[in-house]
Amino acid sequence: MASEPNAEAALIGSSPWRLAWRRLRRDRVALGFLGLFVLIVAFVLAAPLWANDVAHTGPDKTHTLEKIEVNGEQREVVNREGKPIGPVGLGAGGKFFLGADGRLGRDEMVRLMYGGRVSLFIGIVSALITVFLATILGLLAGYYRGWTDTVIARTMDVIWAFPVMLLAIALGLSLAVGGLRIGPLHLSGGSIWIPILIIGGVSVPYIARPLRGQVFSLREKEFVEAAVAQGAGPLRIMFGELLPNLSSTIIVFFTLTIANNMLLEAALSFLGVGVQPPSTSWGTMIAGGFDLLSSAPLLTILPSTMILLTVLSVNVFGDGLRDALDPNAKLRLEAHAGMSEPEGTAV
Amino acid sequence: MARFALRRLLGMVAVLFAVSVLTFLIFNVIPSSDPAQRMAGKSATPRLVASITEEWGFDDPLPQQYLTMMKKIFSGDVISYEGRENVDERIVEGIPATFSLCIGAAAIWMFFGILFGYLSAVRAGGLLDRALTVIAVAGISMPVFWLAAIFLNYLTYKTEIFPSGEYVELVADPIEWAYHLILPWTTLAILYVGFYSRVLRSNMLDAMNEDYVRTARAKGLSERQVMGRHVLRNSLGPIVTLFGLDVGALLGGAILIEAIFSLNGIGQYAYESLINTDLPPIMAIVLFGAFFVVLFNALADIAYAYLDPRVKLGSSAQ
Repeated sequence: MASEPNAEAALIGSSPWRLAWRRLRRDRVALGFLGLFVLIVAFVLAAPLWANDVAHTGPDKTHTLEKIEVNGEQREVVNREGKPIGPVGLGAGGKFFLGADGRLGRDEMVRLMYGGRVSLFIGIVSALITVFLATILGLLAGYYRGWTDTVIARTMDVIWAFPVMLLAIALGLSLAVGGLRIGPLHLSGGSIWIPILIIGGVSVPYIARPLRGQVFSLREKEFVEAAVAQGAGPLRIMFGELLPNLSSTIIVFFTLTIANNMLLEAALSFLGVGVQPPSTSWGTMIAGGFDLLSSAPLLTILPSTMILLTVLSVNVFGDGLRDALDPNAKLRLEAHAGMSEPEGTAV
Repeated sequence: MARFALRRLLGMVAVLFAVSVLTFLIFNVIPSSDPAQRMAGKSATPRLVASITEEWGFDDPLPQQYLTMMKKIFSGDVISYEGRENVDERIVEGIPATFSLCIGAAAIWMFFGILFGYLSAVRAGGLLDRALTVIAVAGISMPVFWLAAIFLNYLTYKTEIFPSGEYVELVADPIEWAYHLILPWTTLAILYVGFYSRVLRSNMLDAMNEDYVRTARAKGLSERQVMGRHVLRNSLGPIVTLFGLDVGALLGGAILIEAIFSLNGIGQYAYESLINTDLPPIMAIVLFGAFFVVLFNALADIAYAYLDPRVKLGSSAQ
């Protein structure tokens, strides 16, 4: 910024996005945690590289009866009492870097990388679904008001009355067992799209409510009146005029929803109503590892630490993003209060 | 006050009805397979499926099915076909453990939430305040498994300081009861305490700019009196609302915590039923859980109106 010869003039001509970017660039903590998130993404994207070239195994490949050579010494992957081998670092040339995952003797490191792909994918895609649906509902309710709003708001109230965990569990159980058929679309019980749709769906009211409120107040602004006077139709006003004014809120909610949805995925998978085997996520890894907590605590601690780091990085970055997009930050805690509910109930 | 309470309770009944319809739809209508088949569980025989269809009236029209389901659940007539036991009895058996866990943990997080919130508002920007910000974000981001795994690993398996949960009846031995609940209480409380203190802090910071605070200072009240009697008391409202929501949700079963610490409450029962894909218990627990939330939400609103009379005016003016 200082290098620009005419900083004053540049500042006046800057768009709100540029200004926000400038504020964000100065927020070292937020950028640091964004860096952490990027590292985690790089880690899970490197899964095939590590699996093929270093560990020479796949995430579901079992090595129950095998022996490996660790620093010149023969060791069983799973010993007679069923205890898996612990982390061996690079002692076995990259095999079982973090040990094996239990009786089946699968490579923990490889599973951690592949499981992270599923967890992150579910977190991000379900958050997209949440934000997309919430935006549409918020715009419709806030723009049309009247009975449209009444129907949407009351439906939201009922879903809100449900503890998110219980709602997701109920849906997960009936759909994981029964599968889902909507018109031509059929999802079998084990499909990863079932948890995605459930997690994306149950979080909608927590985002739709504040967005609806914001649309209500934007609706009264002069620029909407001007658009009406120009003859713009409802679609044009909703998506051309109102939506751009919601975009910073939506972006912030998107990041925070990723975090909450990842926690919900872990909880559901732990309870057996989220990701179904043979698919692996950090949540299913915790579910598998918890029984061995007393003998092999790392099998629980590793995947849950990955979740903690990912969620923490997204939350802190989201906070920084909010400060950058909304310097007044008056809504900071209110927005967070709304966000706490889905997560707060995941216990 | 009475009128507000009455209206709030009537609204509650409407929401309860909607919640029960939604539960019915989720379990019996939305999934594409036969509900009787799913309810029978893994060891289903055609005969069992036929008798379940008969018992729950799955051949009847939907409104009739809904009434049958509600009647069965609320008259304590639901049987788990996997476990062959009465579901409502098992839920009632789980109440002491679940309530002990939730009320104890709620008392801890409320106490420390208010204490930390108060201290960080009084010393906003100070070291404690900044430390609490970090704790709050960490608490929000923490998967319960992580905290529980760390506690169990270091305090139970490695050092044997605390038992790994397992509920002991309060009447049998109050000291063992508390000793066995320390880890679950702490785990649960840590997940909430940071968030509560942050909410209270921001409410108090807002309240400090109010005119009545200046008046209180001008009257010559001590700083402690100003903070305690005026600022803190006027900032507790949102915390009470949050508290009602969270405790209601937990009473419906703190499923993960109870499963992790084998506490033998409603949540533990839900966990076992989920692992066995046993539908009838889950159906009943989901319904009771949602009812608890709605009930506590209404109670919290009434308590809030009692703390802050403006709420009543605001809602009747709508």
